Amino acid sequence: MYIKFKEVQHIKIIYLFFFAFPLFAQESDTLPLTQKFAPPLDVRAFDTPNDAGKSITVQWNLSPDNSLFSGYEIYRSEAQDTGYQYVGYMGRGISTIRDNRGVKDNTPYYYKVRGRTSTYEYSEFSPPSSSTSSSPQWYHKGKTNVLIGLPLFIFLIFWAVFQAKMGKPLFIRKIDGLDSLEEAVGRATEMGKPVLYVPGTSFISDIATIASMNILSQVAKKTAEYNTPIIVPNRDPIVMSVAQEVVREAAIEKGRPDYYNPDRVFFLTSSQFAYAAGVCGIMTREKPATNLFIGMFWAESLLLAETGNITGAIQIAGTDAVTQLPFFVTACDYTIMGEELYAASAYLSKNPSLVGGIKGQDYNKLVIFIFLALGTIFGLLGNNFIINLFK
Amino acid sequence: MRRAGPLKLCLIGGIVMIIQFFIPHRFSKNFFDEVVHWLIVCGVPALVIGYYSIFHVHWTKIRRKREGWGYSIIIFVAVIVVALIGFIWGVGENSVFMKIYQYMTMTMQATMFSLLGFYMASAAFRSFKARTPEATLLLIVALVVMFGRVPIGESVFIKLKLPNLVEWILMYPNMAAQRGIGLGVGLGIMATSLKIMLGIERGWLGGAGK
Repeated sequence: MYIKFKEVQHIKIIYLFFFAFPLFAQESDTLPLTQKFAPPLDVRAFDTPNDAGKSITVQWNLSPDNSLFSGYEIYRSEAQDTGYQYVGYMGRGISTIRDNRGVKDNTPYYYKVRGRTSTYEYSEFSPPSSSTSSSPQWYHKGKTNVLIGLPLFIFLIFWAVFQAKMGKPLFIRKIDGLDSLEEAVGRATEMGKPVLYVPGTSFISDIATIASMNILSQVAKKTAEYNTPIIVPNRDPIVMSVAQEVVREAAIEKGRPDYYNPDRVFFLTSSQFAYAAGVCGIMTREKPATNLFIGMFWAESLLLAETGNITGAIQIAGTDAVTQLPFFVTACDYTIMGEELYAASAYLSKNPSLVGGIKGQDYNKLVIFIFLALGTIFGLLGNNFIINLFK
Repeated sequence: MRRAGPLKLCLIGGIVMIIQFFIPHRFSKNFFDEVVHWLIVCGVPALVIGYYSIFHVHWTKIRRKREGWGYSIIIFVAVIVVALIGFIWGVGENSVFMKIYQYMTMTMQATMFSLLGFYMASAAFRSFKARTPEATLLLIVALVVMFGRVPIGESVFIKLKLPNLVEWILMYPNMAAQRGIGLGVGLGIMATSLKIMLGIERGWLGGAGK
C-alpha cells in the first residue's frame, strides 16, 4: 500500500510537472504581471468641443507607474462591460487622446485605458468612463473674443471713413517708398526705358496680391500719362487677367486707350523658379529703368532684386512677407514694409474713404496697444485676466 | 452698373465666409471645402487663358521677327513635344515625361535656387558696410548672429556664451520687431478685406476709388 501510495504520489508529481505547471506558468506570466503595474485612473470622455462632430476627447490620470510604460492603449465600446475595441495609443506621459476613428454621432460610448510597457506587458484596465456621445456644434465658443472684437474693428473703420468723408483732415505719415514711385516712373520716362512691375508670385486670393493690383492701378495711370511702357509678367493666369484689366482701365482713364498692350501684361509660367528666371531674363534683356516688386514673394525675392540691382535699375519693393523683407531692404532702393503695402492705394490716390480706412486701422492698433500694455502690467502683477481674453 | 454685380457678389461672399468662420459644424466645413474646390476648378480654365497669353506673345514675336525670336520657336517646340510625349507614353513613374521633369525641369529649378547662395553673399557684402551708426549696429549684430549660429563660432567664443546672446537677440528684439510687423499686416489684411467687401477699395476691378 505504501509503495502504491508513493507511486501515486510520483504520478501526481509527474502529472503536475507536465500538465499543471504550464498552467501555473501561464498564469504567472500574465496575471501577476498585470497586477504589478498600477492602471491609469479616472478616465473621462466628453464630446470634443467646437468641432464638426464624430469626435470624442478622452482624458485620464497617469498611472503611478507611468515611468515604466512606453504608453497607453485606449479601448472603446458601445456597452459598459463588454466589446471593447482598440482605438488608439498615446506615448508615456500623455493623458489625452482625440478619438475620431469611426465615431458615430449621438451614439453612447464607454472608454477604458491600460498601460503598456516596451516589452508588451500590460497593466489592468482602468474602470470604464461614463457614457459619452459626440455631436457637431453650431458655434465655436473659442472664437467669442473674435466675435466681440470684429464689430468694434468694423465700427472704428466706419467711424474714420465717415470722418474723412465729412472733410476732417486725417494725417498719414510720410512713406518714402510710395513717394518715390512718381520719381521712379519719371526716371524711366526720361531714360526712354520701360517700367517692370512684378505683382508677386502668389494668387489673387492673397490679399497682398490684391493690394499689389491697387498699386498697379496707380502706377499704370502714371505710366499711361507719360506714355512709358510697362511690363507686367505674371505667375498666375487669374492675376494676369486682373492685371490686364487694371492696366487697360488706367489707360482709358488717362485718355490713352491705345496705350494698353496685352503683350506687355502676360503670363510667364506657374513654376516659381522658372518665373524668377524669366523675370531675370527680362531685366537683363530689356534693361528697365525701374523695377517694382510688389506683392507676395518667397525664395525668388533675392534672385529678382539682386538681378535688378546688377542692371542698375531703381528698385522699389513692397511685401508683407516678413522673411523676405531683409532681402528687399538689402537689394532695393526703397522698401514698402508690411502694412504700408495695404496703405499704398489710399496714400497714392488720396481718396478720403480709403484714407479714412487707414486711419481706422490706426485706431484699431491703438486699442490693441492698450490691451497689450494692460495685459503686460496685469500679467506682471500675477493677474492673467486680460491675457486669457485672447486665448 | 457693370461693377455692381461683382461688388454685390463680393459683399455677399465675404459675409457668408465670415459667418462660416464661427460655425464648426460639418455643414459649414463642407461648404468651406466646396468653395476651395471651386477655386481650384476656376483655376483650370484660367490656365487656358494663361497659355493663350504665352502663345500670343511668342507668336507675335516670331511673326514680327523681333530680337530673340528664335527662342520663341524653342518655347513652342518644347511645349508641344513635352505635351505629346505625355499624351503618347503617359505620365507614369518611369515614363519619359517624368524623366524630362526629373532630369531637366527639376535640375534647372535647383540651379536657380542655388544661385541664392551667391546672391546672398553679394547682398551681404554690399549691405554690411559701417557707413552710418545704424549700419554699424546692423553689421555688429549680423556678425554676432552669424558666428553664434555656426559650430566654429560657438567653440571659439564659448566663454562669451555667444549662442545664448544670439538666442536672446532672436527671441526678444528680433521677435518683437517681427510681431510688430505681423500685427500691422494682420490689421491691414482685415481692413483691406473690409474695404473690398464694402466696395470702398475697387482697384482690383480696374480703377481704384471709383
